[in-house]
Amino acid sequence: MNTKTLYDKLWDDHEVRRNEDGTSLLYIDRHLIHEVTSPQAFEGLRLNQRQPWRTGANVAVPDHNIPTKDREQGIKDPISKLQIDTLANNTRDLGITNFDMSDSRQGIVHVIGPEQGITLPGMTIVCGDSHTSTHGALGALAFGIGTSEVEHVLATQSLVQEKSKNMLIRVDGQLKPGVTPKDMILAIIGELGTAGGTGYAIEFGGETIQNMSMEGRMTVCNMTIEAGARAGMIAVDETTINYVNGRNFAPKGDEWKQAVDYWQTLHSDTDATFDKTLVIQASNIQPMVTWGTSPEMVVSVDGTVPDPEGHPKADQVRSALKYMGLKPGMPVTEITFDKVFIGSCTNSRIEDLREAAGIIQGRTIAKNIKLALVVPGSGPIKAQAESEGLDKIFLSAGFEWREPGCSMCLAMNDDRLEPGERCASTSNRNFEGRQGPGGRTHLLSPAMAAAAAINGHITNISSEYGN
Amino acid sequence: MKAFKTVKGLVAPLDRANVDTDAIIPKQFLKSIHRTGFGPYLFDEWRYLDHGEPGQDCSGRPLNTDFVLNDNRYKGASILLTKANFGCGSSREHAPWAILDYGFQVILAESFADIFYSNCFKNGILPIVLKSDQIADLFRAVEAEPGFSLKVDLASQLITKDSGISIPFALDDYRKYCLINGLDEIGKTLSYKAEIATFEKQHRQAKPWLFKEVI
Repeated sequence: MNTKTLYDKLWDDHEVRRNEDGTSLLYIDRHLIHEVTSPQAFEGLRLNQRQPWRTGANVAVPDHNIPTKDREQGIKDPISKLQIDTLANNTRDLGITNFDMSDSRQGIVHVIGPEQGITLPGMTIVCGDSHTSTHGALGALAFGIGTSEVEHVLATQSLVQEKSKNMLIRVDGQLKPGVTPKDMILAIIGELGTAGGTGYAIEFGGETIQNMSMEGRMTVCNMTIEAGARAGMIAVDETTINYVNGRNFAPKGDEWKQAVDYWQTLHSDTDATFDKTLVIQASNIQPMVTWGTSPEMVVSVDGTVPDPEGHPKADQVRSALKYMGLKPGMPVTEITFDKVFIGSCTNSRIEDLREAAGIIQGRTIAKNIKLALVVPGSGPIKAQAESEGLDKIFLSAGFEWREPGCSMCLAMNDDRLEPGERCASTSNRNFEGRQGPGGRTHLLSPAMAAAAAINGHITNISSEYGN
Repeated sequence: MKAFKTVKGLVAPLDRANVDTDAIIPKQFLKSIHRTGFGPYLFDEWRYLDHGEPGQDCSGRPLNTDFVLNDNRYKGASILLTKANFGCGSSREHAPWAILDYGFQVILAESFADIFYSNCFKNGILPIVLKSDQIADLFRAVEAEPGFSLKVDLASQLITKDSGISIPFALDDYRKYCLINGLDEIGKTLSYKAEIATFEKQHRQAKPWLFKEVI
């Protein structure tokens, strides 16, 4: 009987050994490296006189710290520069490929992996970054790890892991016009809570996912970690295979045929059972926006900021409202902004930029918006957008058009909020101080961020689409 | 890694759920290329009234006196008591590094985020999951008794106090073994070197496209 889930299949195909205590040693096909979580791992290797197990399994790129403008002037912050130089030195010494700042392929690690065909269906993929779950959109087992595990993968090409439970999130029907994959995943996090997925690997399925582009699927899997699950994944189908076909490092010729034959087996069997199943109706989902300091603190655009009185999590709501400077019961459309950020590993792909540009075209940003940034996810996305004239649309509306990197998603470079500033952001975390100390983040889709830039406040974009 | 046997120490209560790793150690400190020195910046945005920068001397910084770790009563605490979903968000191992560098060796919580939980064990920190009523009892006990201390013994998997508290806790055998022996997990995995190599060879034959060079 065929009863395996996609996660079971990926797990079984990479299990080197099962330990007596029930944990497994998993073989890792691809290890992505960036500047922030790797220096201590490389140092550990050196101190223990160990070599990378398989150099070619590793690909590095600086993204977290990197400036998004005036790159010809180099990196001004000496501490950031040291970290990026350390990555360059470590990778050069060990013969690991590094797409440095001058490489046209440089970008956010979770954007360039699928884009270059470095991450492929059926792979085990890890990176010292929690948003590694993004790559699960390709039908891969991808999850974030800590620096000790980065060192472990470098030295052994494997990881000791305890198998998670299986969860299926099935989304039925069609999303309404103007409702995007970002709104869908925010709605799911709102329902599950930030710890609802802890201990699970989540597979997303159903008609809505089947009809979704790869870019949309990546947005969904990217934010799986915001529901507490380390890995999110989606079965391989025609959309996946068409996306991978022709990518720089995707297999070619006979190997392509062989790979596709295997990839077509990467779906849950019809008789597979899940430990937990959540069914969502796509048509019930509205454009979403977070009001608080955790991604689960989310409400639909026609909703209001909650009242802590009588709320089951009254203390958390009260503390979040205080930090966010919001009044209980106010309509979310009254929330006004200082800054707008379109970018991050969640929403910086070409489709996201097209979605935002579609709203912005022919308009200008509101007077109260001090800064509106578009930070494409990679060099090739930036070039593609420019070839479509999207940069002109953003620039003439008053946006800044920047170089690729993580930027204001986590504000490790100069792109950040000042204390008290409020930002409409297409990124993935609205934690206190995430976009700068004292900064206030509202997560939303690229279309909603674009509308917020134009109107200066949260706007229900459904009307733009005739809903 | 230092072997973990028994920790006896003061308990500090952090009465918040969903404490994320951005709060545990803010982003500016992630620029360090070292594993140590993060302790003074643990919970930086909650602990100080000004904005901290890496390398800064924290001795003269204005303290947020409302923040629990600044209460003299909890100075020198080695056990952190907190609520659900502790360590959510970013995978940064700088979070457990900061916690350890500050002096905490045990964290008692209703639940932990997966990556953070795993990161603790790699650094000699023991994260213990207790039921919500047990956590609530401990919060009350800490509040009621200045100097409230506990003894956490890994071998017997027991949290005890002279006054009679005795709470057993669950733990995965492999993690316990590594922690109690201060074991280098990489060394242990490399003892299966031949098995990894055999697996890799078969994997390469079956799926050669996985081994293509990225240049």
